[in-house]
Amino acid sequence: MAVAVDVRLPTVLRSQAGGQSIVTVKASTIGDVLRELVSEFPGMSGQLLNDDGSLHRFVNVYVNDDDVRYLESLETPVREGDEVSLLPAVAGG
Amino acid sequence: MASHRSILDLVGNTPLVEVSELSPNPAARLFVKLEGQNPSGSVKDRVALAMVEDAEKAGLLRPGEPGQVLIEPSSGNTGIGLALVCRVKGYHLKVVLPSNVSPERRQLLEVWGAEIIESPGGEGSNGAVRMARDIAAGHAEWVFLYQYANPANPRVHYEQTGPEIWRDCPEVTHFVAGLGTSGTLLGIGRYLKERNPSVQIWAVEPPAGEIVDGLRSLDDGFIPPIFDELGGAALLDRKTVVRPRESVEWVRRLADSGVFAGLSSGAAMAGAARCAAQLPPGAQAAIVVVCADAGWKYLSSGAWTGDIDEVAERARSTIYF
Repeated sequence: MAVAVDVRLPTVLRSQAGGQSIVTVKASTIGDVLRELVSEFPGMSGQLLNDDGSLHRFVNVYVNDDDVRYLESLETPVREGDEVSLLPAVAGG
Repeated sequence: MASHRSILDLVGNTPLVEVSELSPNPAARLFVKLEGQNPSGSVKDRVALAMVEDAEKAGLLRPGEPGQVLIEPSSGNTGIGLALVCRVKGYHLKVVLPSNVSPERRQLLEVWGAEIIESPGGEGSNGAVRMARDIAAGHAEWVFLYQYANPANPRVHYEQTGPEIWRDCPEVTHFVAGLGTSGTLLGIGRYLKERNPSVQIWAVEPPAGEIVDGLRSLDDGFIPPIFDELGGAALLDRKTVVRPRESVEWVRRLADSGVFAGLSSGAAMAGAARCAAQLPPGAQAAIVVVCADAGWKYLSSGAWTGDIDEVAERARSTIYF
């Protein structure tokens, strides 16, 4: 069932969302969240998902601070009140 | 105790200390590996020494010959470790360093005579990597060790740090460390999984991408080549992001146990605490956490004594991984 979740956007994506740092979408999985974002903000197309619908290599997606690649990836469920964060892949060291 | 011929002989073999009094779950014991005990003060001494010795064995660097130059991108610790090794061995080091690192990192680079080339802070470490690659491409006579793709980086952790942990804590069930180049996680993680496949490997990272405002698009993102080449995605069991406030809270808790650790260690401890709190009922755990460096380089941040909101806000715009 689709629920409302807040999505925190990194600086690099905010211009595609009219400068907003947090947007709210209705979704039941992480895949839904990303498809909703692309549908609402077409400028994000190609940055979040590849043409085949898989997660873009350079975006990290977190549900309540856990990277979804190590959960159930795009099938990771979201629940009411969850916070989703998007972050670009960044080096350290 | 025997004396040592060189400070470089003191790299590695760091102590493991139990801090289970900080665990949120009595069924989970916590141990910290104090990498700040290395000669330049961080886990990166191991990597720096291994990369330089590899380059010497390959003939890329020739000990004793004057005028040899190395260039390396670093947010601090690798540069500092290399600066120490290069000073002892007589090589000239240029470090491409993002402008928004703590002032102590610059000072330590200067202690050992490294030349600093500043990269835009808004581009984070990704910008430093890009700039160093561009500069290195124009200077084939310089040695570019490139920690993000250098196999000596994960290998030294597989050959040394992992066995040290297994020797000191064979009951380890979970291993937690920060994700920067991924060398620590890949090397230690692979070693521990080979000894006991049920050991869980947790990566912790800062929300660094939030402060990086100099990227044009997500296509400017960066994944270390060693992470892909060594199957990092398959090796890690969990990856969790820890925000600056929680990192500061945990360096303060570590200080309650007498452990003076850097901000990335606070983040790693916060990850370990999540791991402990999520154990299934009835499970016992021994969680080993790498404390990548000590607190000295963060004194100017006020992490231990300042108002926590102000400290966390300042940490938001500082690179500490």
